[in-house]
Amino acid sequence: MKIKSQRDFWSGLMFIAVGIGFAWGATNYSFGSSARPGPGYFPFGLGILQALLGAFLLFESLVVETEDGEPIGPWAFKPLFIIMFAVGLFGYILPKLGMALSLPILVVITSLAGDEFHWKDAIISVVVLTLGSWFIFIYGLKLVIPLWPSFLAG
Amino acid sequence: MELLNNLALGFGVAFTLQNLLYAFFGCILGTLIGVLPGLGPVATIAMLLPSIYALDATPALIMLAGIYYGAQYGGSTTAILINVPGESSSVVTAIDGYQMARKGRAGAALAAAGLGSFFAGCVGTVIIAAFAPPLTELAFKFGPAEYFSLMVLGLIGAVVLASGSLVKAIAMILLGLLMGQINTDVISGVPRYSFDIPELTDGIGFVTIAMGIFGFGEIVSNLGRPAEHREVFTKSVTGLWPTKRDFMDAFPAVLRGTALGSILGVLPGGGALLASFAAYTLEKKTKARPDEVEFGKGNIRGVAGPEAANNAGAQTSFIPMLTLGIPPNAVMALMVGAMTIKGIQPGPQVMTSNPQLFWGLIASMWVGNAMLIILNLPLIGMWIKLLTVPYRFLFPAIVVFCGIGCYTLNNSSFDVYMTAAFTLVGYIFYKLGCEPAPLLLGFILGPMMEENLRRALLLSRGDWTTFGTRPLSAGLLVAAALMIVVVMLPSIKAKREEAFQEED
Repeated sequence: MKIKSQRDFWSGLMFIAVGIGFAWGATNYSFGSSARPGPGYFPFGLGILQALLGAFLLFESLVVETEDGEPIGPWAFKPLFIIMFAVGLFGYILPKLGMALSLPILVVITSLAGDEFHWKDAIISVVVLTLGSWFIFIYGLKLVIPLWPSFLAG
Repeated sequence: MELLNNLALGFGVAFTLQNLLYAFFGCILGTLIGVLPGLGPVATIAMLLPSIYALDATPALIMLAGIYYGAQYGGSTTAILINVPGESSSVVTAIDGYQMARKGRAGAALAAAGLGSFFAGCVGTVIIAAFAPPLTELAFKFGPAEYFSLMVLGLIGAVVLASGSLVKAIAMILLGLLMGQINTDVISGVPRYSFDIPELTDGIGFVTIAMGIFGFGEIVSNLGRPAEHREVFTKSVTGLWPTKRDFMDAFPAVLRGTALGSILGVLPGGGALLASFAAYTLEKKTKARPDEVEFGKGNIRGVAGPEAANNAGAQTSFIPMLTLGIPPNAVMALMVGAMTIKGIQPGPQVMTSNPQLFWGLIASMWVGNAMLIILNLPLIGMWIKLLTVPYRFLFPAIVVFCGIGCYTLNNSSFDVYMTAAFTLVGYIFYKLGCEPAPLLLGFILGPMMEENLRRALLLSRGDWTTFGTRPLSAGLLVAAALMIVVVMLPSIKAKREEAFQEED
């Protein structure tokens, strides 16, 4: 059997998996009865409904013709992983190293995700964004964000 | 005249120095992100939510509202000058606006867009002020069954009127509703789907979802595409004032656009995007005079109508949010989130419990529109310069502001990790052609929907027919079912697909 819409095929599978996952998870919680619905009542029903819709999409993707097969196309793994890594790392180091160090790290790594990377541009971004963020978030909005590394601030 | 008293109260609030400043700030920021392609109001408002902790509720909401309608003004500038819609609602403006710019009439196009938006914004504000109180009265008659049905209607409406595959969009709503189930059950106190992670027992923050999917996910998909070639008509912006003939042509289009936009904005799923599409179609069907420029070749009505409509729609989409607490689109979903952050339960009681906020916000929209017309017409040169900022400077800035905003939400690293994870989720959605906006609506409405469903079932002793036997509730459900049926009809289905084809 040929897949006629790649996008719908995979979305269908995704919805089925998520729906069944939630419905299965809901069995851990009291279902209650219609008169006294428990915490598992609503998610169970939703999960089943979700899986059904997913199955419909899956079916449609195998049956209904499309012009170009609706391909998913190449994945932009490089920017995806760089951004995810940069953001995750930033979340980890911000409380430890403070904004003055972690922002430049975030900006430099993030800039690597673009097509072209120039140190000059990255440094301009670092200076502007770090000073700007300090001014807006710490000086202006007075949010509690560590500015310097915790080992320096004591 | 109660309306006048209310508006007087509102203007009193809106004209305090602090609120004027925040409205101004919101408008500037809105224009800015409207002008810049690749950064929309959803991501921006999500980015700013953490910072409103430091503000009072009224200035915070005034600022966020300013961002939304400011973006409608800014988006048209980009559409006209570089043929790239700065906002999705300016897609159709680009068609005729850009052609006008190529013929050296960029000034007239910008003026038509700006003045049309201003007119529509003023009308939209009056409509909100006039229609909000009676709707609020009606909302007080709602029990849990009615609220549940209303939310079903709202969610269905949101996807019926949106673009793309209907089944996928409904599946995305369900996904949002399911993600909203990750929390502690309000009635029994049982933590659900938390996998013993303490942060998850409070539920996923909707800001992390919005930032991950709309902010970072969009950056990744932008970077994944080859860089676009931009041609900016900066030098040709001379003679801002349109000719008398332009006025004669544009004014009826503005009137039609305003009327259409005001109606479509109130509908669930409506708002700026749909309004501008509908207005363009309407203008194309109307013949003004025999010797006018063809559509697609620089007709001023093709700019004035949709621009008026998208601004009117942006304004009136506040009505369901303010009166019922039900967001008709993703931006309003974030506004609901903002109110919750400030400890205000969105719903019909806001008007009586926080009249200052309610009427202040409405009055500030008029003030904001007046500011925007000044910001956008005489100062147009400043915004044009912004268009020359390359994306390689832009996206690190977005990442930085999202990152900081996300951390400061709860001062927790966990939220930042979640946002990183939602970047992947957002990119998968993008690749699979699943629109994320319905997910956000579902996520916001999920807990409310569950609570109302369970309360309604408790009241009816487990009888599901309660949703069909209570007349208001039944009416709302029938309306929802009708919407699906109508969209599924073959002739309408084809039309709908055709209408959204123009978007690509």
